[in-house]
Amino acid sequence: MAMGSHTTLRSSLAIQIRVIGALLMRETITRFGRHNIGFFWLFVEPMLFTLGVTALWSLLQSSHGSRLPIVAFAVTGYSSVLLWRNMPNRLVGAIAPNLALMYHRNVKVIDMYIARLALEAFGATISFVVLAAFFSLIGWMDLPEDIATVLLGWFMLAWFGASFAIFVGALSERSEILEKIWHPFTYLMFPLSGAAYMVDWLPPGFQEAALYLPMVHGVEILREGYFGSAVRAHYDVGYLALWCLGLTFLGLLQERHISRRVAPE
Amino acid sequence: MIELRDVVKRYPMRHGMATVLDHLNLQVGRGEKLGILGRNGSGKSTLIRLISGAEAPTSGRVSRSMRVSWPLAFGGAFQGALTGMDNLRFICRVYNADIERVIPQVRDFSELGKYLDEPVKNYSAGMRARLAFALSLAVEFDCFLIDEVISVGDSRFHAKCNVELFEKRKDRAMVIVSHQPENIVEHCDRAAVLHEGKLHCFDSVALAYDFYLGAA
Repeated sequence: MAMGSHTTLRSSLAIQIRVIGALLMRETITRFGRHNIGFFWLFVEPMLFTLGVTALWSLLQSSHGSRLPIVAFAVTGYSSVLLWRNMPNRLVGAIAPNLALMYHRNVKVIDMYIARLALEAFGATISFVVLAAFFSLIGWMDLPEDIATVLLGWFMLAWFGASFAIFVGALSERSEILEKIWHPFTYLMFPLSGAAYMVDWLPPGFQEAALYLPMVHGVEILREGYFGSAVRAHYDVGYLALWCLGLTFLGLLQERHISRRVAPE
Repeated sequence: MIELRDVVKRYPMRHGMATVLDHLNLQVGRGEKLGILGRNGSGKSTLIRLISGAEAPTSGRVSRSMRVSWPLAFGGAFQGALTGMDNLRFICRVYNADIERVIPQVRDFSELGKYLDEPVKNYSAGMRARLAFALSLAVEFDCFLIDEVISVGDSRFHAKCNVELFEKRKDRAMVIVSHQPENIVEHCDRAAVLHEGKLHCFDSVALAYDFYLGAA
């Protein structure tokens, strides 16, 4: 913006990094406090979710109709959901609790969004890595066949989550309706998102329909990397990337719109 | 130097747009002390937020070539769930000030003692003002933006402000916004009156005061 008239790109970047760092600390303190395990909740909470779902699915193993190891299937599936769903969760209505801090001119909406996204992505990633490492260690799960493909899938899901989050978060500042429909939406998306099935198991007509959903592609990539030849994955990286690019563009457009109108309390 | 050129601020309201600031022009040089008088709801706080850069104008331009503080006001600046100390650290990080150097200064000036480790939402208005002043003095700015708060402190706080702000830092610029003319008469070289969205500038505080009384 043309407001700090004597700042270069480099010093602006330095300021932004400082501000995001300060916001990361602020978020960590208010979210996790200093009591009991504090900061560790960041990934213990998603781990508990994933463990719960893994336990449930393991008990119901007979009904999932595949020879894939159920623990690995649940860990890859539910971790993906946490990754793309928790980021938007955290950005819906994110401005209000930080409004007072926007009294400081260098604290911008986008910095707050970046801080929250980084924290969320970090928590989900640590949770996934720790669970996968632990289950591999005790022999309930194998290590991934192709780590590069796993990384690609994880990165694409994170990008999708982050761009979707900025879009949904910024829109939620403009319309209260969004905040109301967001939770039912994510609840309904969960069974459709590819966490609990693989596209290959679906009848052909359904396969096509499922592949319209962007996150399904991400989970398929992740599982191909994890299980390799044991599964037949269906995905199109280009299709998912197009979604991410589109959402990034629309999200930043919305963010720009609201950040020009935000009024500190 | 702070410069506002043709600044307009409008807010959406239930019945269309409200123009709070209507094509304002203003300059504040280094060391200058400007008072802005205006009645409740005349847009003083909006103006000071625009000067600080916390809020963007609807149109027009605001430029700053000195280190300008955040608006020292009743609300804002602190996150209520965080303690005074956490807010201190946050502000030091944002303005790139040395936390270890700032802590003793803030302890000394604010006299908040053990309350520094309590959430700011439990502070009284006077306690918040003390923390805000202590922090802005410790961070070191070239221009302080003061939105009313100077009048909330007790006499001890006033005495401290007089020494630290108006004596030791009398080379700094200041913009003081108030509906009470006393503070402005006491501390400012010139004054302006914000009335019905327009800013009327005067060379002397006395002239501004007369206009303010007439307009109000």
